[in-house]
Amino acid sequence: MFSYILKRLAVAIPTLLLLIIISFLLMRAAPGGPFTTERGLPPQVLANLEAKYGLDQPLWKQMVNYVWGIVAHFDFGPSFIYKDRTVNEIIAQGFPVTLTYGSISFLLAVTVGVTLGVVAAIRHNTWLDYLAVGVSIGAQVLPNFVMAPILVLIFTLWLRWLPGGGWEGGQWQYLVMPVIALSTSFMASIARITRSSMLEVLNSNHIRTARAKGLPERKIILRHALKPALLPVISYLGPAFVTMITGSVVVDMYFSTGGIGKAFVDSALNRDYAVMLGITILVGALTILFNLVVDILYAWIDPKIRY
Amino acid sequence: MTRSLLLSTVLSAALALPTLAAQVQPGDVLAENQEYTYWLLDAIKSMDPQINTDVEGSGVLRQLFEGLFNEDQNGALVPGVATSYDVSEDKTVYTFHLRDNAKWSNGDPVTAHDFVYAWRRLADPKTASEYAWYMELMQVKNAADIIAGKKPVEELGVRAIDDHTLEVTIEAPLPYFPKMLTHASTFPVNQKVIEQFGDKWTEPGNLVGNGAYVLKEHILGEKVVMERNPLYWDDEHTIINKITALTINDENAALTRYLAGELDRVQIPAGQYPRLKAEYPDQAVSVPQSCSYIYLFNLDPEKGPEPLKDVRVRKALSYAIDRDIIVNNILQGGQAPAYNWTHPATEGFEMPEIDYATWTQDERTTKAMELMKEAGFGPDNPLKLTLNYNTSESHKKIAIAVQQFWKKIGVDLTLNNMEWKVHTDKLQNQDFEVARYAWCGDYNEASTYLDLFTSYSGHNNGKYFNEEYDRLMKESKTADNPAPLYKRAEEILAEDMPFAPIYHYTKVEMIKPDLRGMGLNNLMQNWYVKDMYRVAN
Amino acid sequence: MVVDSTKMQRLADRLAEQEIKGRSLWADARARFFHNKAAVGGLIVLVLVALFAIFGDMIAVWSNEELDFSVMGQVAELGGPSIANGHYFGTDDLGRDLFARTVQGTRISLMVGIVGSAIAVIVGTLYGATAGYLGGRIDSIMMRTVDILMSIPYMFVLILLLVMFGRSMSMLFIGIGLISWLDMARIVRGQTLSLKHKEFIEAAQATGVPTFTIIRRHIVPNLLGVVAVYATLLVPLMILTESFISFLGLGVQEPLTSWGALISEGARTMAYGTLWQLGFPLFFFVITLFAFFFVGDGLRDALDPKDR
Repeated sequence: MFSYILKRLAVAIPTLLLLIIISFLLMRAAPGGPFTTERGLPPQVLANLEAKYGLDQPLWKQMVNYVWGIVAHFDFGPSFIYKDRTVNEIIAQGFPVTLTYGSISFLLAVTVGVTLGVVAAIRHNTWLDYLAVGVSIGAQVLPNFVMAPILVLIFTLWLRWLPGGGWEGGQWQYLVMPVIALSTSFMASIARITRSSMLEVLNSNHIRTARAKGLPERKIILRHALKPALLPVISYLGPAFVTMITGSVVVDMYFSTGGIGKAFVDSALNRDYAVMLGITILVGALTILFNLVVDILYAWIDPKIRY
Repeated sequence: MTRSLLLSTVLSAALALPTLAAQVQPGDVLAENQEYTYWLLDAIKSMDPQINTDVEGSGVLRQLFEGLFNEDQNGALVPGVATSYDVSEDKTVYTFHLRDNAKWSNGDPVTAHDFVYAWRRLADPKTASEYAWYMELMQVKNAADIIAGKKPVEELGVRAIDDHTLEVTIEAPLPYFPKMLTHASTFPVNQKVIEQFGDKWTEPGNLVGNGAYVLKEHILGEKVVMERNPLYWDDEHTIINKITALTINDENAALTRYLAGELDRVQIPAGQYPRLKAEYPDQAVSVPQSCSYIYLFNLDPEKGPEPLKDVRVRKALSYAIDRDIIVNNILQGGQAPAYNWTHPATEGFEMPEIDYATWTQDERTTKAMELMKEAGFGPDNPLKLTLNYNTSESHKKIAIAVQQFWKKIGVDLTLNNMEWKVHTDKLQNQDFEVARYAWCGDYNEASTYLDLFTSYSGHNNGKYFNEEYDRLMKESKTADNPAPLYKRAEEILAEDMPFAPIYHYTKVEMIKPDLRGMGLNNLMQNWYVKDMYRVAN
Repeated sequence: MVVDSTKMQRLADRLAEQEIKGRSLWADARARFFHNKAAVGGLIVLVLVALFAIFGDMIAVWSNEELDFSVMGQVAELGGPSIANGHYFGTDDLGRDLFARTVQGTRISLMVGIVGSAIAVIVGTLYGATAGYLGGRIDSIMMRTVDILMSIPYMFVLILLLVMFGRSMSMLFIGIGLISWLDMARIVRGQTLSLKHKEFIEAAQATGVPTFTIIRRHIVPNLLGVVAVYATLLVPLMILTESFISFLGLGVQEPLTSWGALISEGARTMAYGTLWQLGFPLFFFVITLFAFFFVGDGLRDALDPKDR
């Protein structure tokens, strides 16, 4: 197990390098640069700018310098657009925000989703089941860029219960709508997956045996059925987590939370090379880490799997 | 003539108005709450006056710093750090007299040396400022050579005669030179602070300004908070205590939050003004703003499409656009249909007679069809063109409407929506046929518009060239009264039609009814929170 | 918004076991599928939506790009759904007919969904089958590559791709398709591994049939069940992805539109009294996605009776 983890982490390094190279080249191939502005810059000013940010060097050298900066000093460079800030600062400000509302949404989606799925499976083919299935598919297909403005209209404009946006250090009033907007569709997916996998487990032989033995239903479900039924949910969590970070773009845009989702899209559109690469690497590293955690969890729950 | 007039305005303003900050009108009772919250579409990119490039950033900088001059409610110059100035006989040396009670927010006095430092910093290649060209535009002596790295910054035509006297030498007479001094990139900065903190000097806590407000918080993508600066020389007349600028990336979300009472000022999305005006007559406002919106034709000898080199085709394209539909049915925010280039409200600008402006749309369309026929295009030989525009709801709507207008005269227009950077890049490399373009004046004078279409302008992206036009614009720099020259220049543009004018901007906003002193009549839409206040009645 | 890969894996395993039983599998599956009310309902909805996309133009009074100047500028008052002026679904902000635009958006969205998932499935199947069949070193290199690619945040790369190449339709198809082939490749590889040692494959090998012919003729057809289910469940995810891309403003070019573009436009203006601009496209979007989910689940259950 331990050597497996080490091996996976060793693969992470070339993976991240590959990611850097792909993003770097894609970004540079895109038309326009960070200093392409409406007014257009006189050539000498542009030259001064490029010299300042090292863009006048050959591409390979820029890439080597960039990677070396990260490896040697953990320095992701300066932002080309937010010139008062470094990439480290931008990420240090935005990532905790995204992580906060992201993790809360994630936990909420998992707990509510699993509960809903289990209840629907136990009450299979009752109105409760149909309701759960209907609601969860509905929630899954309602894009969060539709949900976000609806929430603001209801809670901010009509009821005046919640502020329409902002972060204010993450006070609860500012968290409610972002979390709802972000978690709903994941909650729904998790509920669907849990329900169908629970149904399958409940029909399996070992549960039938347990029932035949006369064990109480509650015990059967909690002791014997839940654990195997969660396997598919767990393998869903890795990709879900990443999709959640991407989905935070919408949250950042509607609720002015100041997270890294919007920062990423902006950096791509503004050609803020360094910020874009920094966030890509961060999310890439998180993806790798999360996939690993999921695999370990998986092995822990399902003893049949050995690495 | 212009010079002395301007000079006397400034001087008399200095004498007549000892208090330049908020002037509470008789009968106004001040409200308890004196806080002001406004909307930013995007995060502020930089709080450094010499690095900032955008309008929203300048809005913040005008609160944190103060230049030689400010603008009053109508956009006229009023003293800032400078109380008056003299001009030499040949109109190339300006001597500014600075007030002796101006202070930085750390208590240091504001001196002429701070201006010298800031202006050199703007031109210095080491600063690599994107607005370095503004020094060139101001014609400050040696600016061009310094930016190009050919001369040391010390040779810039600006020097401190003593702590309170600043002398600026410009290359050639420039009648509107003082007007250019309200621009944020000319604001002074504190050398000591910049040298102490380096790139970190603009962080809240480090930033030292000489404006009426100091920076408290700056969180990217969320907000900027400023509080009044007790050391500002005119602090006793400042009324608003706290300014908050909230970043909201979606204009509709911003409007919702305004309606929920979270903001005092937002922009109204295209098409929503009439409804909001009916519902909130005391809050919805539409005032002229110094920007013009056009469709630029690519006339580059090599890269421009052949048909557009025919002036008949260009005229036909321009005539066929129904500007009334665009302003009345699409934008609906009181914008003015445009048949010329310079914003008509620009100070000292006289509108020439432009023939097609007086025609009805039917006449224009008929004429357009004739011209197209003459040029050899028709239903069986449609003109195929591509229009580039950058991603935005209202650019898209206008493009779609124009596509339909042009269809009537046999033009097959392909819409090519691209994000901003790509659009700009293609524009500057003449990689387009027709492109959406807009220009906002840097100062309140027609040359900020008209200079653009000279062959030697760096922004003439359509590569239009007319000898007479160039000559007129060169002459205007030294003319006592440039207005007739500008008028003639506009006539040439209407004859040659290097672009199709579409509309002149207005600023369409919702503003809370208890706010005063917003400076809405200032065409440049430069506002100073120190002049604002809230009333209780 | 990811297909439940564990279940797909299990389905694949079972289909591989059942292979020996022969063709009756499909007949049984069909019978079971048509007994599933939700799945049949979904199928009917899909057929109707497809008919709407194909023939909707014939009923439309307006084209998808004409501006109705009588409505333009007063859309909230005059642009509502109306039989009288031919705007069955009302108009958009510019006075363009929303019915015609919904028809056209339906075409694009369905196309993006179907082509995108086809790309994902084809690439995934060929890649997985090749890796599984060849085995050994090549297999481990190919699968290690998949592992690496799995760690790339694809939505980010997709945004970069669209920024770089401009918003071309083919880029959108390819970009969206390439997001999802990795899971497919893994599943197919697993199944190929178990098929490889079946007698009929060994027989083919013994008679000297070329490798790729074996993959094409014998391996791939046996994967059809999984592929069908996976593809059906992938379509709605592709459509969702496209809608996100459209929301970011990186979707198809005007005057073309898609559900995502229509919905995000409608969502922007929903507070301004033009709710139909959101309602109609969202209705089609939601029922179609529902239908795809039901059909996909139905197919899987039909092919994998042990689930019930």
